[in-house]
Amino acid sequence: MSGWDMAAQAGIWALEILAITVPVALGVAYITYFERRVIGWVQVRKGCNRVGWAGLLQPLADGLKLVLKETIIPTTANKYLFIAAPIISLMPALVAFAVVPFGETTLFGLWDVMHVMNISNLNVGLLYIMAISSLSIYGVLMAGWASNSKYPFIGAMRATCQMISYEVSMGFGLVTVMMLAGSLNLADIVHAQQGGLLHWYMIPLFPMLIVYFISGCAETARTPFDLVETEELVSGYYTEYSGMWFATFSLAEYAAMILISLMTSILFLGGWYAPIPALDFIPGTVWLLGKTAFLIFVFIWFRATFPRYRYDQMMRLGWKVFLPWTLAWIAVVGIFIYTPGLDSIINFWMPWR
Amino acid sequence: MLETVFFNLFAGLSVLSGMGVVLARNTMHSVMFLIFCFFNAAGLFFLLDAEFIGIIMILIYVGAVMVLFTFVVMMLEINTARMREGFLQYLPLGGLVAIVLLVEFISAAVSGVFSSGAMATADHLPQSVNNTVEIGQVLYTKYLLGFEIAALILLVALIGAIVLTLRTRKDAKYQKIAAQVGVRKEDRMRKVRM
Repeated sequence: MSGWDMAAQAGIWALEILAITVPVALGVAYITYFERRVIGWVQVRKGCNRVGWAGLLQPLADGLKLVLKETIIPTTANKYLFIAAPIISLMPALVAFAVVPFGETTLFGLWDVMHVMNISNLNVGLLYIMAISSLSIYGVLMAGWASNSKYPFIGAMRATCQMISYEVSMGFGLVTVMMLAGSLNLADIVHAQQGGLLHWYMIPLFPMLIVYFISGCAETARTPFDLVETEELVSGYYTEYSGMWFATFSLAEYAAMILISLMTSILFLGGWYAPIPALDFIPGTVWLLGKTAFLIFVFIWFRATFPRYRYDQMMRLGWKVFLPWTLAWIAVVGIFIYTPGLDSIINFWMPWR
Repeated sequence: MLETVFFNLFAGLSVLSGMGVVLARNTMHSVMFLIFCFFNAAGLFFLLDAEFIGIIMILIYVGAVMVLFTFVVMMLEINTARMREGFLQYLPLGGLVAIVLLVEFISAAVSGVFSSGAMATADHLPQSVNNTVEIGQVLYTKYLLGFEIAALILLVALIGAIVLTLRTRKDAKYQKIAAQVGVRKEDRMRKVRM
């Protein structure tokens, strides 16, 4: 490969990265707006509607406010880790998007074969997502420890326990998807669900869809699992953070929420395929983003509907309810795959066999 | 060429961060250096076409083991003055171990085992070879017995850990969540005729 080729490749990669991170950042800004409006409607009030038409400029005003605020480092804080923590928490949230396939395209007929729209078509894509999203704990832990203050510390402790507990059932839930798809490549997993609503993995793996989505809710510490940042902890691990650093934490949180929604649509809801094959003339990316938008709405709906879990109840849900469910479902899927007679049922979802 | 550059980058950074683990005064900084070291080790695995092991390295070591490490270290109260107390007392033994290791490293490096001709070098596998599938096929056929024994040992360790920590305290108040969830209106409400 010559120097020019390498330069061109690097330029294309830079453009691809920008094409994902900029919409994610904008998406985060407008999800906060959407969230406030939806919760407003649920609670029979208006929500933000003053800045710009129907309040559409509100996220920009909020962003401006946060940028202009003074950022304070507490004198007793560990300075390096205090500053590093928001960055450590934002990085995995964005890096995980590298393997997410956003659809398939021939670039308006320019290419002969369909190309999957992602930065890296990794063979171990699903494991990569799991590995990277397990790193987001460090930002929280660092923030809680480096602040050197009581409430952030308790918040960080809670966050760690919660994330570790729910990661286990999340991972086991994904094992069933791997068993049916026979691959860890996200594009292959979507291809295995081709052919309409009945082929989607939400039919054979419905309990796992529930487990995955609720665990995702707990992973991102959204209500009803927001014990990490409750009122009694004065917003938990980021009590001491102000201005832009605070915004970085919420950017990471919302990016993680988008990622969980995207992954749920890719793994269980058929990715970029339409529910009826006749509707496939609509571009796949529209379908994928539509499903994602719906799941983000469900996240917000949860927040407006459910009261917060008590700590022991949350631990019970993770370890005593979800973990046995997922383990049992792995056994069920395994028995179905290898029992003669039953395998003809499960083969409907395993077109590659 | 690019591969050599990346190898030197990952290897150098992992050695540097390994030194950071030992030399950092603050235990928390040591933990962060160790995490960084694992990342670079994972990078080395990627260079060897072992993407499965590289990812598992991050998932298990960084994502799970180091979190628990951090968790424990965070809650320790470390008195740095007391930690440095017995420095002279342990110096002879520690120094001896260090010198023996240094001699071993140098003699291994000059013995010719690691010279460029002596090592087995393999070309990169084509992109169609799926590392994960290959590992699975070998692990569940050729090495099945070893795999099952490892699984059993882990299970025993798991049960042992639970047994060691399981104790029902009589004085603590436990909540029966199943009873709480299963409660009905009739259990809690009583109609009173006024």
